[in-house]
Amino acid sequence: MEKLLHSVYLDEEKCLGCTTCLRSCPTGAIRVRGGKAIINESKCIDCGECIRICPHHAKLAKTDPLSKKDDYEYTVAMVAPAIIGQFKPKYSIDQILSAVKALGFDEVVEVAYGAEIVGQALKYEYHAKRYPRPLISSACPAVVKLIQVRFPELTGNVCRLKSPMAMTARLIRKRIREEGNYKNSDVGVFFITPCAAKATMVNNPAASEYDKYDQIDGAIAIKDIYSDLASLIGSCPIQEGIHNTTPESCTWALSGGESDYLKNKNVLHVDGIQNVINVLEEIECGKLDTIEFFEGLACIGGCVGGCLTVENNYVAKMYIQDRAKKMKQTSIVHMSDEYVKNIYNSGMMHIKERILPRSPEPLDQDINRAIEKMKQIEVLESKLPGLDCGSCGAPGCRALAEDIVAGKAKEIDCVFVLKDRVRDLSVLTNELLQVEHPTEKPLIKKD
Amino acid sequence: MSYELVFDVERGDFDTAGEASRKIKRTLQQLGISNKVIRKVSIAGYEGEMNLAIHSAGGKIILEVGEEELVLTIEDTGPGIANIDLAMTAGWSTAGDEVRQMGFGAGMGLPNMKNNADNFQISSKIGEGTKIVMKFLV
Repeated sequence: MEKLLHSVYLDEEKCLGCTTCLRSCPTGAIRVRGGKAIINESKCIDCGECIRICPHHAKLAKTDPLSKKDDYEYTVAMVAPAIIGQFKPKYSIDQILSAVKALGFDEVVEVAYGAEIVGQALKYEYHAKRYPRPLISSACPAVVKLIQVRFPELTGNVCRLKSPMAMTARLIRKRIREEGNYKNSDVGVFFITPCAAKATMVNNPAASEYDKYDQIDGAIAIKDIYSDLASLIGSCPIQEGIHNTTPESCTWALSGGESDYLKNKNVLHVDGIQNVINVLEEIECGKLDTIEFFEGLACIGGCVGGCLTVENNYVAKMYIQDRAKKMKQTSIVHMSDEYVKNIYNSGMMHIKERILPRSPEPLDQDINRAIEKMKQIEVLESKLPGLDCGSCGAPGCRALAEDIVAGKAKEIDCVFVLKDRVRDLSVLTNELLQVEHPTEKPLIKKD
Repeated sequence: MSYELVFDVERGDFDTAGEASRKIKRTLQQLGISNKVIRKVSIAGYEGEMNLAIHSAGGKIILEVGEEELVLTIEDTGPGIANIDLAMTAGWSTAGDEVRQMGFGAGMGLPNMKNNADNFQISSKIGEGTKIVMKFLV
């Protein structure tokens, strides 16, 4: 198996081993060992739930510092569609983009541009014969990984169009290449990211979808540049007319933003990782057979709820909807069918490799031994209190039983089992104290 | 070596509906059964579970895992099916409006089970109950 890299990591000094994160993890990837949380890389899907919930801010997302751009001769900032929800609508999109550029980029481009292309191309891809129904959106990388790990049978349903991020990068690089002023390797393209999962896609070429023509050189967290943006936004010169958001792509960062492109289809859009899991379970057992397109986004509200954003996700949604409404009345930005169709037909929009299952390892490769282990797990589980308190460092009693059978934990890791053992021991100690030894003088003199 | 899992399903219990299917799926994954077979068992198991909750007076789901095959038995204590051939027809259902409004009762339950299983046996007696035995090759 290829090495799985992640952008979610632990700041050991801050981690108190408090177990809060254990149960928030949708794939059960976290254990506490030696008083510190440990993330199982093969199970982590980079959803960012643990980052959000950690009361000690010990879970972090690995992103790049703004200074990384200094390594390149010509730099481009690609901003995620979520960014326009981070500032009040009184600031125009041009104003926000100008502030990003003023951080020291040569150029700023909205990923909403790629979103418009991907969104429009969806209606062609929808008819590709290779997909079982429902077609599942590939927009959220955490959900795609969730499907690989927990719903391996649904990997064939996942749309194989590249993300707006990769499409935008490709078109930027294509244009700069054609202009001929810079070598491809001298151009630094940076994604301004709302979440950890996108940062992983940028920083881990093995897990990513793109090749050298849509190379992205770094992911910078929205929250890392937010304060600089906030001070620049009112003071820096505004470059008018640099935005290319359409009223449709404007809402891409909201749950349902992608589904809106498939008109007249039965679409279902769901946000929040636990909600997504619940619906995928229904899809997997065949219950939702009338759904034609499923859009699942790991964060509540969609990308506006990403763990690297600053503004409250509901407020951000309100700002974006407000912008979309105004844009519908005034926008002159349109993208022709012809243009999108040409890009679609060129083949550059498709991910080359299939999305493969990453099923969890079975208890044993041999079914008889697996069955035996399963029985041991059940016996152990029945002896545990069933409180799922997490004190043992596993997310629940069942998980502890599984860890014990796998040789990764002990029964007395459970505080209740330990307490019982101590009680048994003290009863025995007490009993032994009562026994008079033949050579021992009686403590109390008998008359 | 074989392994057995038993679930009780009560009539009208939609709070826990789907729980047995979910547990079956997770168990089969841990036993190393292929994803393709798991999907078929999940679909058949879910349909069976819903049938118990909607139509029966309550019953059991029994999963037996052997080296070569999986056996999924759905057994209830009534009311029994009057005409099995009719019940096996796609789109035929006795489900009431209320159940249909919940998105069930499309009349695809039994046909779906049959389509997904490698071997499908059904027997029923009015007043006594219905028993479905489905086999899946591992």
